[in-house]
Amino acid sequence: MATEQATENYTVEDLVALNPYNPDILNDLEKFVNEQVSSQTYNLDANLSLLRLYQFEPERMSEQIVARILIKALMAMPGPDFSLCLFLIPEHVQMKEQFKTLIVLSHYLEFWDEAAKNRNILEVVPGFEQAIQAYAVHVLSLTYQKVPRPILAEAINIEGLSLDKFLEYHAANSGWIIEKGAQSQVIVLPRNEVNHPELKKNAADTVPFEHITRIFPVLS
Amino acid sequence: MAALYDREDGAPPAPPPHAAGAVDAYDPNYVPDSVKTFVVHLYRHIRDKNVYEIHQMYEGGFQRLSDRLFRDAPWPSAEAVSPYCDGDHVFLLLYRELWYRHAHARLSPLTAAHRAESWTNYCDLFSVVLHGVVNMQLPNQWLWDMVDEFVYQFQSFCQYRAKLKNKTEDELQQLKQFDKAWNVYGVLNYLQALVEKSMITQILEREKEGLEQFTATDGYDYEGGSNVLKMLGYYSMIGLLRIHCLLGDYHTGLKCLAPIDLNQQGVYTIVIGSHISTIYHYGFANLMMRRYVDAIREFNKILLYILKYKQYHQKSPQYDQILKKNEQMYALLAVCLSLCPQNKLIDENVSTQLKEKYGDKMTKMQRYDDEAYAAYDELFSYACPKFITPSPPVLDQPLTNYNQDAYRLQLKLFLYEVKQQQLLSGIRSYLKLYSTITITKLAQYMEVDEATLRSILMTYKHKMHAVDSDGKIVSSADFDFYIVEDIIHVVESKPTKRHGDYFLRQILKFEEMIGELEKVQLD
Repeated sequence: MATEQATENYTVEDLVALNPYNPDILNDLEKFVNEQVSSQTYNLDANLSLLRLYQFEPERMSEQIVARILIKALMAMPGPDFSLCLFLIPEHVQMKEQFKTLIVLSHYLEFWDEAAKNRNILEVVPGFEQAIQAYAVHVLSLTYQKVPRPILAEAINIEGLSLDKFLEYHAANSGWIIEKGAQSQVIVLPRNEVNHPELKKNAADTVPFEHITRIFPVLS
Repeated sequence: MAALYDREDGAPPAPPPHAAGAVDAYDPNYVPDSVKTFVVHLYRHIRDKNVYEIHQMYEGGFQRLSDRLFRDAPWPSAEAVSPYCDGDHVFLLLYRELWYRHAHARLSPLTAAHRAESWTNYCDLFSVVLHGVVNMQLPNQWLWDMVDEFVYQFQSFCQYRAKLKNKTEDELQQLKQFDKAWNVYGVLNYLQALVEKSMITQILEREKEGLEQFTATDGYDYEGGSNVLKMLGYYSMIGLLRIHCLLGDYHTGLKCLAPIDLNQQGVYTIVIGSHISTIYHYGFANLMMRRYVDAIREFNKILLYILKYKQYHQKSPQYDQILKKNEQMYALLAVCLSLCPQNKLIDENVSTQLKEKYGDKMTKMQRYDDEAYAAYDELFSYACPKFITPSPPVLDQPLTNYNQDAYRLQLKLFLYEVKQQQLLSGIRSYLKLYSTITITKLAQYMEVDEATLRSILMTYKHKMHAVDSDGKIVSSADFDFYIVEDIIHVVESKPTKRHGDYFLRQILKFEEMIGELEKVQLD
């Protein structure tokens, strides 16, 4: 009895840290995936551990769980999580229709058309739209200094009043500036090294410290 | 003793005509005098903790005797040599480890029974070490080979049992009988247990704070203790990296290696096999994770190292392996540089070698056609690890070979990524011609509508920017652009001269030369 209580006190993260190569935690890990979906949290290491257990015992694999893991991984972009998961999923599983769709989603940014076609898969995972919007904003800010409103609207799939609210929110919180353009509003996105290359530090003549340490014996 | 981790399982060498006779004539109980002497001495040196002599016998003596007496027959059985080492239990486990390693390298075909017995011996050996009753001091080379061979034999067993098509009834029966051997959970848990029990992560942490010596003594214990558990734990981290790469789990593999700081002088570099295995798998994992810059940097370093020091290993049994991994890493470097043209990270000497070996292929890979695609396929297939399917075979279904499945999956995913990047080729060749161009005009040239062009441009950003291990955005592109409303501004990163690095390298070179000159004695 005492041991049973002890295991209850462990979180799934503890179980993974304690012994990542233990077939007995498979069910706990599956439950944990569902928990991540409903509570809008995310744990890549636990999910990879589960995919690994599926790899060792293919007969125990649940496609529904795999799909959920992949959707959560997609939401973690620009991290490499999605391909990390894919490397562990057998080819014949990846050939199934629902997975093919997700793979297409991961490579192209035309999310919204594809996503609209696949409501049934994606709707089960709350927060998906917001996560993809956040990613679209990330790519936009790598691409544009100034982006015309209709382009932004299309990339994040929001229009009209909701877009006004969205812009207002980002103007207040993320430093967006909204200007009047010739045809439409133009949004000035925050500066970063990619959309303002002149910000990039000239790395050419800086030598990392660990390289300098190599000549210490010579200098002394 | 060679760590032959890349023996081709596909084509076992045909045994020489007289081999069958030799094996038939093999009497496991016959112990030639030279073997008696070998065992007696090795046992004594181990008891005396004479690491130098043990190393001589391990690297030299064992090899010479194998060449002379056991070219294609096994060594005498452990039972037969037992009288020459007082029947010492741990010594006999070590002897058997060598016995099976020799058998894996030289006997063909190797039966499932042999493989299973070797597995049992590793279990016994590691259990003894894990229970902390081992009081020996063994050469790092041997301890590394132990971990490396353990992983190799696991990989080899997975390949063996996945080739079901031509198995005889007898072989299938053996597979059923030994279905517990080389179980993937067991393999991983032994390595994991060695890492944990050795407290190696904590030791490395404490070393950073100056509370403990590990690197300075090369992991040896000069205060009467044993280095065995500690070093097996250390090398197991590299073993785990390798296994996870074989399984396609690159993230977890790199996590297992994390306690070892590759930027610092480390114990992993002392044994060249360990050094190469670490960097090869580290680089490969990063390549698959699209962290090309990290991969390029480490490949460059080790290739330079091999270039400089390989001459000292010419007589070593590992020499062929060193050369093979060297070639494979040049191939991987060629792939990385084609996907992420960062030539400034490459040393001149490595660059010259690379051009010599893969200049043509790299020109091909720069193109965006089927031939380029074929070149990527070829180099990847040549240089990738031997991926494995870890699950046991299902023996009651029609028997097929599934030993290539894991490799095919990784290759497919890699080539898919390459193809994605190639699709962006059109845009690259156009943009390279301009410093600024409007969206409308570029769309006309490329014969697509503006919305499509904008989405291609975004995809370029999506593909060319990865997140590195610190969460920082890094670009793998040789040139970039940004858009202000409707105008594309192209930014070409000019190749920058790295004077600082150049001077550093020359200083070291010069210092080395002076050192060598000073050693010259004029009579």
